[in-house]
Amino acid sequence: MANQGPAYYSPYPAALYDGVITPPEGKALLLESVVDEETAMREVARVMLTSENATIFPGPQVLYGYNEEAKKKATLIKEMSEVLNAKMIPMYDYRPKYPKIDAEVEINPNHPNLTIWHNNIKAAIFIGVHCHYANVALKMVRCETDCYTIAICSMSGHEDAMATLRDQHSSELEKFIKIAKEVKAELGK
Amino acid sequence: MSTIKDMTDTHNWSGQRLVTADELLFEAPREKHFMTGSEVLKEAVKRCTVDASVSYPITPQSEAAHLIGELWAEGYVGVYFRGENEFGVMSEVSGCATAGARTITTTSGPGTLRAMENFPQWSGTRIACQLILMARGINSPLTIQPDNLEVTFMLETGCMIWYAENVQELFDMTIAAFIVAEKPDVHVPIVTVVDGFFVSHTRESVMLPADDIALFPYEPYKAPLPPIDSETPPGRFLRDPFVMKSNYISYATHASWQWEVRSAVERSRPYAKHFLKGLVHVTGTEDAEIAFVTCGTASNQAKEAERELIKLGVKTKVIKLRTIRPFPTEELLEALEGVKQIFVPEFNVVGWLEKEVKTALYGKSDAEIIGGPRVAGGMSMPAEAILKEVFEHIDAEKGA
Repeated sequence: MANQGPAYYSPYPAALYDGVITPPEGKALLLESVVDEETAMREVARVMLTSENATIFPGPQVLYGYNEEAKKKATLIKEMSEVLNAKMIPMYDYRPKYPKIDAEVEINPNHPNLTIWHNNIKAAIFIGVHCHYANVALKMVRCETDCYTIAICSMSGHEDAMATLRDQHSSELEKFIKIAKEVKAELGK
Repeated sequence: MSTIKDMTDTHNWSGQRLVTADELLFEAPREKHFMTGSEVLKEAVKRCTVDASVSYPITPQSEAAHLIGELWAEGYVGVYFRGENEFGVMSEVSGCATAGARTITTTSGPGTLRAMENFPQWSGTRIACQLILMARGINSPLTIQPDNLEVTFMLETGCMIWYAENVQELFDMTIAAFIVAEKPDVHVPIVTVVDGFFVSHTRESVMLPADDIALFPYEPYKAPLPPIDSETPPGRFLRDPFVMKSNYISYATHASWQWEVRSAVERSRPYAKHFLKGLVHVTGTEDAEIAFVTCGTASNQAKEAERELIKLGVKTKVIKLRTIRPFPTEELLEALEGVKQIFVPEFNVVGWLEKEVKTALYGKSDAEIIGGPRVAGGMSMPAEAILKEVFEHIDAEKGA
């Protein structure tokens, strides 16, 4: 993500066309810069703790207890929301919502901007969302809103988010929570 | 003949030891063999722990689909069946891959066009299947001869497209293609193209690793879309067909989805660079004034012409494109530094590669681009034909 803020649909809504791709293993992305994971974790925590209506969007991979890792992550994400003083709005499936989404209680990848507009969300973490739907949603959010998007991904990360942490499993989430607590103490939040 | 066993952490169902793509492609010892392209494809598939293959083994496309069937009979391929026609085949490939199977099929021009609707559907559903396209042109009139016109129809389907020059590249690319296509941030179909007959039916020497090793199996749960899984959540709740029929969906969804598919193809660049050892291969004179930009067997013919031109004192290079999607614009520009004239020899009448090269270089290179020579419908492209084209544009005494 080269620039924050509405990019609209002209000429290119995809960060990749600004020359940004997913970070290499062991690294993270902050806007267009490749940085160390810990640097990105600190910045993500700072943004979440200082932005209006910071929200976590947990996706199906952490909402359904289909394996032990998913259950562990879900518990950690709950703790993360408390540390970051963040709300949680789930993306529990990917089907478009008929006739209209209830933007107060859920987010959907086919129209994620509605939930962000309705709740005036200025920073958000996507976690546990399958990569394709995360990317589809992140491009739309980038186009339509000024929300600072953060992808905490168990795979290769997402260049369309403004901050990307890759290969994030429960051990990395524990590390992030520890860093977020430190940042919170520094900020006096 | 292999005996079907349970997959373990170290061995696949046919008893082959599981290895990384790096070990299979770069580290395992190799021995020399003498094989056709179709036979080499069988050898590649044998080492890829392929779950499923669907075929429409029409004669005389190639023996490849038939030989993959033999692999199934020998216990190296999980499932193998025949579609009723090419549209059916490509739809069934989609079903296998969406269900989480490492899937391969092979066809050529007429089959490609008959199945056309499936290819953007493949990329739109982010399946990581592989199509081996043994190019032989488009009917009508009926062609069973080498011609790569069908590639132009594939360019904007959202699939990755790689192009192999010979049987060795076909072997290595087929293996690398699965690995790159299956990367979670890529995960789009890959079309591995070779020129039919010149590669599929011609016997060449090829270096192969032993056949008792094979790639680790595909991991569908790393896919960017959940695989269809009727027993395990979250897959079973999530894979409703996406339909743009409704006023309740933002039109931005479809736009964003299309950008995402194309972004995924672009994300393959670093992986392809590693496994193909570069997106372009350059031979010839470092400070060349003329360059041939080629893919497939036209590269081989251009290298013949290059040798003759260098003997005549004309500084020449051949820039062989290994990937067409993503198009290696940066690498091409770098290789073209100092070049004054670019020739694009092709095995088709429309000059699709010339158009690609012109699009990529527009406003970025001052070199003159000459689309030719072009042959089609089964004609060969002797070095003399390429030299004739060159000498119509340059003075051999003075160079470009």
